[in-house]
Amino acid sequence: MTKARELAELGASYDSGALSNRNILKNGGQTVDQRNSGSAITLTSSHQYATDRFICRLGTSSSSTAQRVADAPDGLYNSVKITIGTGATPSAATATGYFAYKTEGLDTSHLNFGSSNAETITLSFYVKSSLTGSFGVTVANDALNRSFPSSYTINSANTWERKSITVTGDTSGTWATTNAAAFYLLWDLGCGSDVKGTANTWAGADYRGGATGTTNVCATSSATWYITGVQMEIGTEATPFEVRSYGDELARCQRYYYDLQQAGTTTGNEVGITGCNYNGNNFFGQVTFPVTMRATPTLSSGGDWASRDGNNNVLSSAFSYQRSSPRMVLVSATATSVDAGHGLWVEPSSGTNPNTAYMNFSAEL
Amino acid sequence: MNITKAQYTTDFDGNNSAIKATINGKELIVPIAPDNTDYTAIQKWAEEDGNEIQAAD
Repeated sequence: MTKARELAELGASYDSGALSNRNILKNGGQTVDQRNSGSAITLTSSHQYATDRFICRLGTSSSSTAQRVADAPDGLYNSVKITIGTGATPSAATATGYFAYKTEGLDTSHLNFGSSNAETITLSFYVKSSLTGSFGVTVANDALNRSFPSSYTINSANTWERKSITVTGDTSGTWATTNAAAFYLLWDLGCGSDVKGTANTWAGADYRGGATGTTNVCATSSATWYITGVQMEIGTEATPFEVRSYGDELARCQRYYYDLQQAGTTTGNEVGITGCNYNGNNFFGQVTFPVTMRATPTLSSGGDWASRDGNNNVLSSAFSYQRSSPRMVLVSATATSVDAGHGLWVEPSSGTNPNTAYMNFSAEL
Repeated sequence: MNITKAQYTTDFDGNNSAIKATINGKELIVPIAPDNTDYTAIQKWAEEDGNEIQAAD
């Protein structure tokens, strides 16, 4: 085979999306939803996760929701659906409401942003909305003092369309190259005019609402806006969306969030944490994470957990940390009627408040 | 991020091992780790007048 033929075949593979690891983003196909498992969340002015890695924030319109749904263009299965409740224009020119993604610096350090060698990147995504017109999208740094506001046009209502934005590498600003947040990708839902800027040029300002003059999704009651197939890659072309296996995406997402036990899990299907009784009234147990987390995570736990060592007593305190790291943690809680030095395990209680126990770990950016 | 309370917890040796914090109305155990974003938010919160990470019980 000639060199020219080899290159031609390689080019054909690239065009058909056969080459892997082009997409810098995780869970772009919206398949992983550890927190909500497809249930809708009500949007507020605080950050919440619509699916793993994807943030939502919208305080302008009331009763608006985000939900992972089984609605996607051919070749994909899931998307995130934003449904506006009672529509309203942003309450102030500085108001911010958006759908967003943050990259970890370790994943984007090779883009050389903030230097003269900054790479050109292309952001692509599928979008569908009950609205048509021009909408805002922005690539920024985490400090939001470098912004590349842009726009995309939805031509037909309720129809999946693929959009792409090519962004010239930013030679200025601070872009993390460690495990801290680096890139901030934002799709406008309800940003005011002060956080929108001149399209397709870098600015030393917070323009998280995209290009000036774009439409706010939040302004229209009952409007719907879907997104999936989100990809960021080096170069000027949007190659086909890179579909990865569910297990691959889940492991990538577990670097930032690990759901060990969800409330509502039926008896017999819950987790058990093995450990020992430290001094007569304290359970100590180890949780090892399936992948090394980005940072030592925050623990969220609650509901009724019970100690099991022949007895079955609800723990009389919440869990805390004795030791913690990005790889594993040693959790502890007060346990009564257990024998010092003996091994035991804890599990969700099947007693008075069955199936209420939960435990998760967050090392989000 | 709305932080309303923060208090150190201790390990079996009596050393501070984490911070029990109420963030957005939810009680969380935040590690003492500079690259944890909840920890950095608590540090920023504690620098504001009237806020303090309480000592462990």
